[in-house]
Amino acid sequence: MIDAVNLTKKFGDVTAVDDLTFHVHEGEVFGFLGPNGAGKTTTVRMLCCLIAKTSGEARIAGYDTANDADSLKIRKIIGFMPENVGLYGELSAYRNLDFYARLYDRTEQQRKESIERLLRLLGLWEKKDLPVGTFSKGMKQKVAIARALVHDPEILFLDEPTANLDPEAAKTVRDFILEQKKEKKTIFLNTHNLDEAQKLCDRIGILKTHLLRTGTPEELKESLWGNKTVIQLDEVTDRIVAAAKQHTSGKVVVDGHRMVIEVINAEKDNPDLVGAIIAAGGRIQFVEGLNPTLEDVYLKTVREEQ
Amino acid sequence: MRLSQAWIIASKDIDIFRKKKSIFYSVIIFPLFVSVGLPMLIYVLSAGSAGTADVQSGLPVVIDAFAFFFIIGASTLPTAIASYTIVGEKQEQSLEPLLATPTIDSEILLGKCIGALLPPLVAIWIGGVIFMGLIDAFTFRLLGYPYFPNPVMAVIMLLLVPLAAITAVEASVIISARVSDVRTAQQLGSLIVIPFALVYVLGEINVFPLTVLHLLIIALIILVADRALFSLAVSTFRREEILTRWK
Repeated sequence: MIDAVNLTKKFGDVTAVDDLTFHVHEGEVFGFLGPNGAGKTTTVRMLCCLIAKTSGEARIAGYDTANDADSLKIRKIIGFMPENVGLYGELSAYRNLDFYARLYDRTEQQRKESIERLLRLLGLWEKKDLPVGTFSKGMKQKVAIARALVHDPEILFLDEPTANLDPEAAKTVRDFILEQKKEKKTIFLNTHNLDEAQKLCDRIGILKTHLLRTGTPEELKESLWGNKTVIQLDEVTDRIVAAAKQHTSGKVVVDGHRMVIEVINAEKDNPDLVGAIIAAGGRIQFVEGLNPTLEDVYLKTVREEQ
Repeated sequence: MRLSQAWIIASKDIDIFRKKKSIFYSVIIFPLFVSVGLPMLIYVLSAGSAGTADVQSGLPVVIDAFAFFFIIGASTLPTAIASYTIVGEKQEQSLEPLLATPTIDSEILLGKCIGALLPPLVAIWIGGVIFMGLIDAFTFRLLGYPYFPNPVMAVIMLLLVPLAAITAVEASVIISARVSDVRTAQQLGSLIVIPFALVYVLGEINVFPLTVLHLLIIALIILVADRALFSLAVSTFRREEILTRWK
């Protein structure tokens, strides 16, 4: 649905996005993780045909972002929510959404139905006639999301959709994105909220000017850390270490009374491992899997890059 | 280019204009003053002078000079709206989502121009009709004939007013791209009145009398200026420029 091949953007001598290649499948939620200035917004802007690429290629639903005729077709099938909500404060929530729906050639009936459905879903229907300028940040963010969806787009681009929101408003927005995921919309999400990425994304790309890693959250964790089992014992002897090494092809690291053992399949390997350690005279206190968080993966990836 | 898309944008800007009372009143007050205040002034000053030779020859000059105020208004009033709708959108950061819709840059620019042109033009044209009616009502007994409508007023209202308003909007677009504050944009935009005020002064001191021919020459010059400003405005109003270079 979204294809980027060697996509690059330069502003003068500064390379904002360098040689990005990725593919986002239909119905997938793909998250871009990266620090500020990593090029996330620039990438989304290129994909939404807002700015031109310097080199490479980007296609949305088969349409070329560099082609003027195609870029209009792309903008018809995408919904875009920028980092800053960019609403018209003097106009009501309804009028804001109606304005955008008109630009997508929606009939009056379609507009009415779509606006009412979205505002009701987001709990704003009762406030539809109030000027958006009087809304809280969270309410504005909800209107901005409704605006991105008012024409029922196939693909959604969300740039930091929960940035600066209080936890409750952020949860409402996240739940709403999950609803869109259930409706099989393709979603491209820029975020630096790792918890959000973990909860919402099928796959994640870690970006810092160029794409450092791509994969499902689990793949990313595994690729960086593998499966590890931590066994804490009364005492770690050479015999116990040797027994552990016989049951794994991975590394065995001893750290005081703990052994950190790389395994291929924890569910399958751990019982044998524990049996071997007991047979070697080990007295096991605790056994636990070492599960790195997405934050660990992200920080390690970004720091390695630095 | 689809006019329907431009009109959707213009009608949204007009909606905002109607809700922004300070801008709304600034656009209404000037035509109201010129259309009612100046005929009243003529009425008061000319009381008891009916039929004198001075009135017969001097009054038309004064009325034409007053009519020129509509051009002055057309060159300043649109800047209030144009500056607000463009710099205001910059401040509210609402141009980015607008640019992501299936609308081309020229449709957005045209929509912004229509939105900034229509309210002042309508106000000025309504003011012009009131002005002509009141002048005729107050001066008929002095001149012995209805002064309006006449070719000078036709050229002013149908040619010079729209052209001057277009100049103001185009100048505002260019200025708005380079400033980040509505007030600054309005102040800089209002400088466009200077050449029109100069023409007015030249007319008053009889260096360049406001005859139909002279007004048509002025219209031609503004037309050329508008064409040049349009090219500059179009080159300024490009989505990549807006998102990456506009301050």
